[in-house]
Amino acid sequence: MGKVYLSYNNIVSSFGFDSQSAVGNIAKEISGLALIEDEKIFPEPFYSSMISSEKLAKVFSHLNQAEKYTRFEQMLLISLKEVIETSGIPLTDKVGLIISTTKGNIDVLDADSSFPKERAYLGALGKVVKDFFGFKNETIVLSNACVSGVLAVAVAKRYINQGKFDHVFIASGDLVTKFIISGFNSFQAMSNEPCRPYCKHRSGINIGEVAASVLVTSKADNLPPEAVLILGDASCNDANHISGPSRTGEGLVRSVSSALKEANIEVTEIDYISAHGTATSFNDEMEAIAFNRLGLSEVPLHSLKGYFGHTLGASGLLETIVGMHSLCQDTLFTSLGFSELGVSETLNVITRTTPEELKTFLKTASGFGGCNTAAIFQKVN
Amino acid sequence: MSKQNYIRAFSHIKNHVVSLNGEYLYHDEALDFSEFIKRAYKSLDTSYSKFFKMDNLSKLAFLAADVLLEEVNSQEENIAIVLSNRASSLDTDRRHQNSIEDEANYYPSPAIFVYTLPNICIGEISIKHKLLSENSFFIFDHFNAAYLFDYAESLINTKKAGKVLCGWVDFDEENYEAFLYLVSDKGNRIHNKEEITRLYTL
Repeated sequence: MGKVYLSYNNIVSSFGFDSQSAVGNIAKEISGLALIEDEKIFPEPFYSSMISSEKLAKVFSHLNQAEKYTRFEQMLLISLKEVIETSGIPLTDKVGLIISTTKGNIDVLDADSSFPKERAYLGALGKVVKDFFGFKNETIVLSNACVSGVLAVAVAKRYINQGKFDHVFIASGDLVTKFIISGFNSFQAMSNEPCRPYCKHRSGINIGEVAASVLVTSKADNLPPEAVLILGDASCNDANHISGPSRTGEGLVRSVSSALKEANIEVTEIDYISAHGTATSFNDEMEAIAFNRLGLSEVPLHSLKGYFGHTLGASGLLETIVGMHSLCQDTLFTSLGFSELGVSETLNVITRTTPEELKTFLKTASGFGGCNTAAIFQKVN
Repeated sequence: MSKQNYIRAFSHIKNHVVSLNGEYLYHDEALDFSEFIKRAYKSLDTSYSKFFKMDNLSKLAFLAADVLLEEVNSQEENIAIVLSNRASSLDTDRRHQNSIEDEANYYPSPAIFVYTLPNICIGEISIKHKLLSENSFFIFDHFNAAYLFDYAESLINTKKAGKVLCGWVDFDEENYEAFLYLVSDKGNRIHNKEEITRLYTL
């Protein structure tokens, strides 16, 4: 099997419109979460990290003025444009496009949206992005709940190894909308303060929005300093419950074990874990059980939800990109919001930004439908 | 070189018919989807009470998978699930949207909201058949045999799965269509794009 790398990348978030702005703030332990008062989304104020629509429209006006694009499309297009341009890769028939999202343009279902309802189809979104840049192949839209972002990396790698593509661009994103906030609130999963993954004082999730993009490539020339090699990946279902994780963490354990097997490394070679850590009691507890079963309880671990909230179908890719920069900077980033362990098993939660020589990290995610994904990445340079 | 894989079996649910390998299992002409799928479920002797709380997309995918997986001892196999459609979970998305549109009549429900993800139907199939396996849900404008073929081949060639339950399950505005097939190292039909497309259009 040929080597496959994660290369050029971008993060459009409340911090700014490139990866550096997000990573720079994380290194300084600054959260992007803020109290949002927007009755069109939710009657009560709620914590979230949202992208300024004004700033977005201003940046987007430099890209295109002729056609009308939704707010979500603007986020994705701005993010992906930087990655395509910095990579310098021509969009031939050996270049694929994956869009990873749970809900895409779901806000066009709102009665006051000026866009046609057909725009809510994810295939329509795929076509908008394909046509904007002139991709030759049809878009692959991946919608697999909250593992979508990291699963997209595995899917890209698999198509490359199968010989279908030489390069795959992934654009991932999800919006903070009335649709999403009302739904998570109906689950009574929302926290009324900035979230605190794995902490004794945690009180639920925040939902945030980002667009994150990356180039997945089989070519080792022309890689940026933060590039990583994909050592192994796997995705296993819990086969237990559609809206709650397995109490034994079975699907996550199997995902990590299978990824380790493909990577052909021991658990001791994992330098840190970028975990899911939504700050709901069930998720964090399940992860603690799974990481202990895997012998990973002593490995430094963080959740990045304290910076962005849970960004749904983008979170796995967003957190993978931050992990690439973490390796490149030889720095462990703080798991923001954590003060005192609040799960039943040991975890080595990172409590301050720490310089440390890093080579390999594990990224995990879990989501509704019982899905789990694990991927292992190693520094190239 | 990778080994030749085969399509071991396939199922359809469309136009008021449930079929397995092209043979009718259930047929009832003049019914709307919810009544049709309920009667099909009963006539096929599927005893699984959770079926009744599923949304339309999950009922469709669940039943199409259930008739197909009857053929194999699914619990002893590593069977991945790779599904696709056009409308994602929009049928249920619209229901959730209706429950939040009007402030005077605001009633979002977790029992509905959880089905606003297309991969929930994969979760339902996984629970019934105890498949702790690879799964992914793709959205395409139309049935895309080429992308499904490559992905299933990749999962088998890299030993991420022993078999792959693949296909198309779409539910949109009362239009429904399911076509599932099982890719395996054994079978009578060669696994290639042409054969997948041929079986889809049967």
